Amino acid sequence: MSLSTRHPGPSPSTPPPVHPASASVSHPAAARDRPPRGNRPSPAAVALVVGHKALGAVFVVWAAATLTFLIQALLPGDRATLLLNQQTGQVQERTPEELAPVNEAFGFDEPLIVQYLDFLGGLLRGDLGISYTLYQPVTTVIGDQIAPTVVLTFTALAIAWALAVVLLVLTARRTPWVSRIFSGLESAAAALPQYWLGIILLVVFALWLGIFPVVSGSGAAGLVLPALTLGIPLAGFLAQVMRTEFERTLDAPFVLTARARGMSDGGVRLRHVLRHSLLPGLSLTGWAVGAQFSAAVIAENVFARPGLGRVLVTAVNGRDLPVVCGVVMLVAVIYVITNLVVDTAYILVDPRLKEAA
Amino acid sequence: MNALIDTVIPALAPAGSVRSTTGPGAPATSGPPTAGGTPDGTGALAVLEDLNVWFTDALGRRRHVVHDLSVDIRPGECVAVIGESGSGKSVTARTLIGLTGPNAHVEAATATLFGRDVLTLRDGDWKSIRGRDVGFILQDALVSLDPLRTVGAEIGESLRLHGVRGRAERATRVERLLAEVGVPEPRLRAGQRPDQLSGGLRQRALIASAIANHPALVVADEPTTALDVTVQAQVLDVLAQRKDQGTAILLISHDFSVVGRLADRVLVMQGGRIVESGTAAEVLADPQHPYTRQLLDAVPSGHTKGEYLTEAGRARAADRARERPGRTVPARTRQAEAEPPAVLTARGLTKSYRGPDGRDRAVVRDVSFDVRAGQTLGIVGESGSGKSTTASMALGFVTPDAGTVLLEGAPWSELSVAGRRPRRREVTVVYQDPLSSFDPRWTGRRILTDALDAGSAPGPFASGRARRAHRAELAERADHWARLVGLAPEHLAKHPLRLSGGQRQRLAIARALAPEPRVVVLDEAVSALDVSVQAQVLDLLTELQESLGTTYLFISHDLGVIHHMSDEILVMKDGEAVEHGPADEVFGAPRHPYTRELLESLEQLSTHAASR
Amino acid sequence: MSTTPLTPAPAGRVSVPAGPASPTPGHGTADRTARTSVSRRPVPVTVWVAGAFAVLLVIASFAPGLLATADPRAIDLDAPLAPPGVDHWFGTDQSGRDLYSRIVHGTGSSLLIGLGATGVGVGLAVVLGSWAALGGRWADAIIGRGIEVLFAFPILLLAMVFIAVYGPSVQTLILAVGLGIAPGYARMVRAQVMSVRRSGYVQAARALGHHPARILTRHVLPNALRPLLAVLTLGIGQSIVWASGLAFLGFGVAPPSPEWGALLEAGRPYITAAWWLEIIPGLAVLATALTATVLGRHVESTLEGDRS
Repeated sequence: MSLSTRHPGPSPSTPPPVHPASASVSHPAAARDRPPRGNRPSPAAVALVVGHKALGAVFVVWAAATLTFLIQALLPGDRATLLLNQQTGQVQERTPEELAPVNEAFGFDEPLIVQYLDFLGGLLRGDLGISYTLYQPVTTVIGDQIAPTVVLTFTALAIAWALAVVLLVLTARRTPWVSRIFSGLESAAAALPQYWLGIILLVVFALWLGIFPVVSGSGAAGLVLPALTLGIPLAGFLAQVMRTEFERTLDAPFVLTARARGMSDGGVRLRHVLRHSLLPGLSLTGWAVGAQFSAAVIAENVFARPGLGRVLVTAVNGRDLPVVCGVVMLVAVIYVITNLVVDTAYILVDPRLKEAA
Repeated sequence: MNALIDTVIPALAPAGSVRSTTGPGAPATSGPPTAGGTPDGTGALAVLEDLNVWFTDALGRRRHVVHDLSVDIRPGECVAVIGESGSGKSVTARTLIGLTGPNAHVEAATATLFGRDVLTLRDGDWKSIRGRDVGFILQDALVSLDPLRTVGAEIGESLRLHGVRGRAERATRVERLLAEVGVPEPRLRAGQRPDQLSGGLRQRALIASAIANHPALVVADEPTTALDVTVQAQVLDVLAQRKDQGTAILLISHDFSVVGRLADRVLVMQGGRIVESGTAAEVLADPQHPYTRQLLDAVPSGHTKGEYLTEAGRARAADRARERPGRTVPARTRQAEAEPPAVLTARGLTKSYRGPDGRDRAVVRDVSFDVRAGQTLGIVGESGSGKSTTASMALGFVTPDAGTVLLEGAPWSELSVAGRRPRRREVTVVYQDPLSSFDPRWTGRRILTDALDAGSAPGPFASGRARRAHRAELAERADHWARLVGLAPEHLAKHPLRLSGGQRQRLAIARALAPEPRVVVLDEAVSALDVSVQAQVLDLLTELQESLGTTYLFISHDLGVIHHMSDEILVMKDGEAVEHGPADEVFGAPRHPYTRELLESLEQLSTHAASR
Repeated sequence: MSTTPLTPAPAGRVSVPAGPASPTPGHGTADRTARTSVSRRPVPVTVWVAGAFAVLLVIASFAPGLLATADPRAIDLDAPLAPPGVDHWFGTDQSGRDLYSRIVHGTGSSLLIGLGATGVGVGLAVVLGSWAALGGRWADAIIGRGIEVLFAFPILLLAMVFIAVYGPSVQTLILAVGLGIAPGYARMVRAQVMSVRRSGYVQAARALGHHPARILTRHVLPNALRPLLAVLTLGIGQSIVWASGLAFLGFGVAPPSPEWGALLEAGRPYITAAWWLEIIPGLAVLATALTATVLGRHVESTLEGDRS
């Protein structure tokens, strides 16, 4: 499924997709009329920026936690009944005698605010609650399955970046038909539903050609097709947003200056233009990691790969809310961490932001 | 412009016929390029003969942008190509270094650079020529140097590409180059990015990157455009210094004062053709071609004060004089019998903004002035002088921290936003970029009727006939204002996007005049226009003032424009009014050192003025 | 420049008729932009193809009988899992039902889900985005933070949470996908409204003393919301993709309806035996998404062309 939905199209009418965490950073153009000053901002200013970002990150995690709590607490119907029914596979009313021990164990009969504080306190101790169906701590359920999903997500991300950068440097603003074909391919790749791509890859490379295993297991060979399934659509989308910036930068006066300095076309692309086009790609990545993490569900499903995807699908089907919410929390934390990393990368690529911040 | 057909004037002969006498010969700093002497033995570094360039646009249409152009550049001389936007001057410069662009088609009888055929050189060949034998300088280093890298890295790149391998050696050479172009503290500056440097310093850094390998020829495309006038003079000095050291310069500019300062020979381009060429002294002092004369006439300055800048303006003035004897000159040159009353009064205006470091920075400090009925007050200053903030306070968009603005003696700046609204139509504004000030969905007529419609439209319960009558009346009045600013009804039917720059500014002026304001604030209103269009718009403003008695608050960075237009002048520097008085007094006998510096920096076209 | 077609031969020099190139002086860059934008670019082939496909989609939605070759529910036990061929263009499913006809008949409900989700998402986005941009500093801060938090919930995950809570249904699907796509669009709307508010023409209208309400209705809303036309088109395609992805995971609408997601879900067990049951409905989803993308971009560039 295409990632482009969240960031509505890399269109000229939309502002460059600066991801939320850096949205507060003023645009470099605002720095235009500032008097010249030293390259290094004061440590206090840096600390202020870092503190601000960290605070923002904590806020997002807290808000995610609160939302997940509300989802569980305000669930239509009685939770203890749901829990018992899910465990026994029945649908029936429960007597108070049946419900009492469950309520006692999960603290369902406490006032909401107490439950909420308990929940937050648990989070601080790294406790996400107990699974309704497995009767195991959610952290254990997730922890057992997280490794393959993380490997898959980041392999896919690496593939996407590699594909996007190579494609871009080689094909942007070449002879018209080359550029047109490749930008068309990017649009198509970005619109590819991941399940569909996965099935095609499975049918062609595993079933017909037999190059890769049908059930991917946890080996390296089994990683290739799932990673491509997630990586190709992301590559298409990355290349789309980066191509816009890449081509704009190719027209920039400083590129003309660089050419006039005797720089070859390849040198101009790699040393000047690529760096500028990394910025929108980075913004996108900050958001995409969370999305990739959840989209891993699909790839794991197609290739029967172990990982969080199975856990999640089972939990959704079983209405095992603590597990679902645990995954939500995990993704929120990953999202926040990725964005802090992206912020840092952003400043490395565009040092102007350091002073503007 | 029929005179153009008469292009056969002596000066139009190939550029070689008028010889430059200056130039100390071969470049001293680096040997002539390995390509050796030129085949024709004249020693020219670059020769273009019968150059033609076409561009193909996205729709596949071909546009012929350079017609049969010929030029040669000899060692140590500066050849200037002057023209307005779209004249093909930049294209010519870029063609010389093989960077015409992907959609260009180039033909020429001869096109050589250091004896090598420009049209057959391959990418690989160019790598050793560009940056080593020929340097290239663009306008505005903020965008002409990579904004993400330090200027040291950019200059070092020029060195690295041409064989300076060692990192340490490059660093030393970068520092030396920066010092050479007059950048103080070169080591510190080399570690800064363009946005951390002032306009003048970063332009010098750009020059340093172009001359890093001491090329025999430098192509400078509008090298000082967008710089403040004092900085402009400094940057031109750097270029002049290079020339004195034997570097040949191909200078592309729209500005006669820049050209007059540096050029030995001048080519005037119009519509892709050279219409006149000769030594700088000849062309500037004694222009032969009507277009050159028209361009020179169009430059506003103290000398043009009280005159119209365009032939059409003069003709219309003469017509009016015949109809109404007694008013033969623009209003502002008449000695006012009695001082007209002040329409807009500013007293002690002060405004601070919080800087990025959290400290308040005073943008405007204690500025006072009167804008008198039927007159023009000019506010002149360089970027960052606070003149635009002053304009915003006059308009009531920015509330002063201290001081007041009075409109016809009544409170203006002290009114609440809602309280000011009914009187807003008495102070209108024309901005630098008219296009962005028009709703993109609206036609010219809609824009004007909207400005005329002060909300007195018949309500939703009024009869259809009343509303139709109201609309018809508005449309009629819109046409009237359009005619006054020289726009035809068919212009009003168009979206502003489809109008030319001059027409757009006329529309903006009509919109500002339509509510019949007490004061019109002109905020850099002619700054983005080509000189001949600027002249037309300035003439229009003068005419309107003459016939309607309009009052202007004219804000500009351009001393010539301000001098030409204003009765009274306020000179601003760093938020303060450093000089204030009648125009001729301020410019004739400046008291403040800053005003003097400004005026000295401004290369006056005295030669031309004397010749008229 | 390798791409510059420099002609080396000066022999074929074109002689140019003498005379002024432009009748009036000084009509520089401004005039050229004016001229080029008057005549529009030809509509690209891709747009024609996408347009034709969109017409087919509309026909399939309202009158599937015109396009279908068979009854989508007609079971043919003689030909279960028949591969694509002359009789069954797209093959048959495990009960021998004609896949092509099932896809045609499923178009309407699939589009409806996409349309509904886009409506929910864009509607929410317009309200939140405009409110943030116009409601003052506090509204902006609160809504901005809220949007930021929603960004931490990937669409797929958000949808699954909804399904876990409310159980799978068309309404859940529409609501979940709509809520998922809303934050991105909300931020776009906010930026758009902000930029219009700061634009020169709003400033000019204020300078004329026009009332804020008049400025809002005459300038801000029309200009800020115009690009939404393109967004809506793009959104429909994307929503269908998301909805079908959820269906693939088994969270779709009940099987008897031939909605595309349901087809995907039903074909899951037969991936190895009958690839067409997955590939072809997926292709329908992809083609619809691409059509929406191409048309949306075209609308967008047309609107842009009107402006710049």
